[in-house]
Amino acid sequence: MARVILRNLNKFYDDVHAVKSVNLEIRDKEFVVLVGPSGCGKTTTLRMLAGLESISSGQVLIGDTVVNDLAPMDRDIAMVFQNYALYPHMSVYDNMAFGLKMRKVDRNDIRKRVQEAADILGIQDYLARKPRQLSGGQRQRVALGRAIVRHPQVFLFDEPLSNLDAKLRVQMRVELKKLHNRLNTTAVYVTHDQVEAMTLGDRVVVMRGGVVQQVGEPLELYNAPVNRFVAGFIGSPAMNFAPARLRDGAGKLHADASGFGLQLPADIAARLRPYTGREVIVGVRPEDLQVANGSYPPGLCFDAMVEVVERLGAEVLLDLQVGQHTMVASVEPGVAARRGDKLRFALKPERLHFFDASSEAAI
Amino acid sequence: MIEGAKWRRWVYFYIPLGVFVLWLLFPFYWMLVTSVRPDRELYRPWTAPNYAPFWTAHPTLVHITDLLTQTLFIRWMANTLFIAILATLISLFCGLLAGYALSRLKFPGGGALGTGIFITYLVPQTLLFIPLANIIRNFSLGDTPWALILTYPTFLIPFCTWLLMGYFKAIPRELEECARIDGATRWKAMLYIIFPIAVPGILSAGIFAFTLSWNEFIYALVFLSSAEQKTVSVGVTSELVRGDVFYWGQLMAGALLGSVPVAFIYSFFVEHYVAGLTGSVKG
Repeated sequence: MARVILRNLNKFYDDVHAVKSVNLEIRDKEFVVLVGPSGCGKTTTLRMLAGLESISSGQVLIGDTVVNDLAPMDRDIAMVFQNYALYPHMSVYDNMAFGLKMRKVDRNDIRKRVQEAADILGIQDYLARKPRQLSGGQRQRVALGRAIVRHPQVFLFDEPLSNLDAKLRVQMRVELKKLHNRLNTTAVYVTHDQVEAMTLGDRVVVMRGGVVQQVGEPLELYNAPVNRFVAGFIGSPAMNFAPARLRDGAGKLHADASGFGLQLPADIAARLRPYTGREVIVGVRPEDLQVANGSYPPGLCFDAMVEVVERLGAEVLLDLQVGQHTMVASVEPGVAARRGDKLRFALKPERLHFFDASSEAAI
Repeated sequence: MIEGAKWRRWVYFYIPLGVFVLWLLFPFYWMLVTSVRPDRELYRPWTAPNYAPFWTAHPTLVHITDLLTQTLFIRWMANTLFIAILATLISLFCGLLAGYALSRLKFPGGGALGTGIFITYLVPQTLLFIPLANIIRNFSLGDTPWALILTYPTFLIPFCTWLLMGYFKAIPRELEECARIDGATRWKAMLYIIFPIAVPGILSAGIFAFTLSWNEFIYALVFLSSAEQKTVSVGVTSELVRGDVFYWGQLMAGALLGSVPVAFIYSFFVEHYVAGLTGSVKG
């Protein structure tokens, strides 16, 4: 049983409040990803969990034990660092065996466990080499191996893939996921890359400015972001935002933005009714903007001018000028758009997001 | 490297480098030539028709044998070696711990302490020997090797501390953090991870400290008085110059033999030493 509980966790550096009252319950065997822009407190949170950073206030529980005052070595965790942190003067074998030697594990047992981890990660042939003789991907495997030989209760990952090139990163991401499925150990993973967060996490925690914004399964964050920040952070390319004024016109609710006006269906109108006469922010994902084919009701369409066409193969990104805004639309590769074209775009009403203009919370 | 025609390489690289090397090595050559030159050539006036200052036709080992048998030179060498090794060990030990603490541990006043240690290094020895002489007298250490073994660290410890501090700072913090998660205490992480990685830095600090103690002159001159206790640098200059008579042959033989151990250590550790100066740890 290795659930991890963060209770009212705070971190102050002198007068900087880096982590603000974080509450989080990570279930046994769950893979949780902390994601956010740099300086959002995600790494600090992880380091407090690891015992590398003192806890200003609040509690960290691993299993059922409060570990606030336990040294890192006594928390039964293993951590993988961004720069691998391999011991440069030791062979791969010794790197992986170090933790076990420190814990006075029997020599034969060490050999067995290192061999086993090396087999899982496919690094059997490099055991005698020094870290500097390995490539980036191999080093990362060794760092993973060093963590898994210990059979810890919790794995901690601090941006482990950030130093790898793009192709290798995708490959290692899949392997990490497989590894977690195989080992079935609780894992906490920190990254600034929302794609990593979405693909790896059973649940994802989005943080900003030391505050947890939303905790949820990847699709939950994608489909129902609680505020404008989460909406803009999750998804690539990022969600388009446009301020719009809500107006009651002949019993129907209209949203007027620069360059387009929407007539909202009844179910959405009911939700937005209290905001009539006020400004809200409309959010629409690039993939929810489709070139209109005529059958769409006119109240959900608008015209836009194509400024840039980015052909990515599987999709085409169109940078659009809509009134005073720029928007990005992700459309099918078959769309023959050229710079300067005027196109009609359609919105799916159920895919629209609305945010309070001042609090930025989802409506 | 210099690109282009061959002559450019010669003009911009080999010739200036050659001049530089000759310039640097000339004193050693002079030492060597003088120490094997017979007395009758040494004291020949420079106006003499057969005056040849840069070579000798009759090399002799008499100065060296005289130095080793007629003077206390071997004793001085032993003294210097003993003092330099002990002072270096003490300073390295303190410097390692201080450098580690100042670069890795957060404690109030840590930064000020680091600066303070550096400032003590800036106090010139020519001033510091006055109060130190008083202390040496109070502890009755005058004219014993301990007078130097205990005073050399006053400039060696700050030196080692600063050199090692810089070196420790260059070692990624994560290595130690990882070791501590792996199950090592701070002590063990230091012993098994940080110190082995810092070996080039520790070696450079050690070599520097050893050289500084070996060559030190003022403290040795002031704190030691009897001939048997002297170090090479003081012994050679004070015992081989009697009145206004300079025993040039023996003086130069002493200087030559006195610089052999340092030259030996440098050449032996030169690879580690250079690695220490460039100070890179590659993960």
